[in-house]
Amino acid sequence: MSAVEKLTIGCVAPPGGSLANKTGAWRSMRPVFKHAACIGCRACELVCPEGCVFQDPTKKHLCEKLKREVANFDFDPDYCKGCGMCAAECPVDDIDMIMEEK
Amino acid sequence: MGKQEILEGAMAVAHTVARCRPEVVAAYPITPQTHISEELSQIVADGELDAEFVKVESEFGAASVVLGASAAGARAYTATSSQGLMLMAEVLWNMAGMRLPVVLGCANRSVSAPLSIWCDHQDAESIRDCGIIQLYAEDSQEACDMHVIAFKVAEDRRVLLPVMVNLDGFILTHVFEPTELPDQALTDAFLGKYEALVKLDPANPASFGCFTEPDKCMEGRWMIHDACLRSLGVIEEVSRNFAKAFGRASGGILEEYKSRDAETILVCKGSVSGTIKDVVDELREKGQKVGLVRLKVYRPFPRAQVVAALKGAKHIAVIERGGSFGAGGIITPDLKDGLYDAGLRIPVSGFCVQLGGRELAPDGVREIIERVSGGEQVAYEYFRLKKEILPDLVPSAK
Repeated sequence: MSAVEKLTIGCVAPPGGSLANKTGAWRSMRPVFKHAACIGCRACELVCPEGCVFQDPTKKHLCEKLKREVANFDFDPDYCKGCGMCAAECPVDDIDMIMEEK
Repeated sequence: MGKQEILEGAMAVAHTVARCRPEVVAAYPITPQTHISEELSQIVADGELDAEFVKVESEFGAASVVLGASAAGARAYTATSSQGLMLMAEVLWNMAGMRLPVVLGCANRSVSAPLSIWCDHQDAESIRDCGIIQLYAEDSQEACDMHVIAFKVAEDRRVLLPVMVNLDGFILTHVFEPTELPDQALTDAFLGKYEALVKLDPANPASFGCFTEPDKCMEGRWMIHDACLRSLGVIEEVSRNFAKAFGRASGGILEEYKSRDAETILVCKGSVSGTIKDVVDELREKGQKVGLVRLKVYRPFPRAQVVAALKGAKHIAVIERGGSFGAGGIITPDLKDGLYDAGLRIPVSGFCVQLGGRELAPDGVREIIERVSGGEQVAYEYFRLKKEILPDLVPSAK
């Protein structure tokens, strides 16, 4: 609804409302992508229910296991609700969940 | 006066709905509503109504189909009873919030448990707060006319809310009465074609009833309240226009039957008014100043009209066909609320009389009138409760 300033009859809204609705404010835990053991399997990106985990080809780390460079994964703090599914599913335990403290 | 036919109530309603030309009908069979949807299905199958009749797996499905159809810009109708209405409840709240003018016929029936297929109003009363407008019919003719009025009110841009027409299960749905079906040409002219304010359209996508943060949700809810209150004026206006167009008075907010100078006034909704009117006539002949006020609209609650109709009374008795377990009546507290704010402290008694098909005969009406006229006041009483068939209410451990 926040895509439009005024409410409409029936609270009808055009597409794009979810983009304007920054669900990151709901977060009590935040993921920390350690960029150490990550093998680039994309499990974190695929399981994210908000679709806010992404791979950044411009930033890379040397994978300890594969002994080669892998593009970094990270999350969009505007939308990440801190559910921890990425950390739970990471096969190489390269994502930690920490308390969100401001 | 047009042509009257001897019709079963549910059949008369089905043929009236067909003449309102809904484009989508979806319903699931449940006693005592079944004849309405069965007949509508037949009318569509016979090619007499150009509508899509959607067969569904449940009342949740039926309500969801008509919600979607209405959002897509179609005039949509469904009918149900009792448990079916319970299953629709979640969708009805959405329908009201999305401001979709669906019309729903409810053949009022008791809600389980104990299981009963017979009439009371607890099904409709249990969804009274969802934003659906509730009309209650006295007889077949009124049930038919209220359906035409319901479509007109629901689709009015000042309202845009679902409207429910309540008719007493069996008492009205299964009884044959002389009924005048609304003329097709008059109905077409009266209703016109439904033009949705916004509709689902792949070329112009939109979401209905969107997510709202706490800073906006309350205003979204208030708009339902506001439209609901505004509908009272629209119901009055549409009923006046109905009388002009069809040549018979129907609808409106409430009926005042010999109540203007009455000292004791009974208040009810639905078909029980027939019995009460007979007793009122009988007592009037004996010189007793008694009268009846029958609510035709229960939600929104017509506070001002109710207070105006009751302000001269010395004693008021409400005949309830439902109740709120652990609290009391349904109409009774609404009515007291209106009277209290108007500074009127007329004693009001609530009688729960007719749950699960229990009938109220003239002697029961006489007893209630006699008791309250004699100064007795009860907060809420289960009238003529058969204590002799009750078990030990607190069974002892053995």
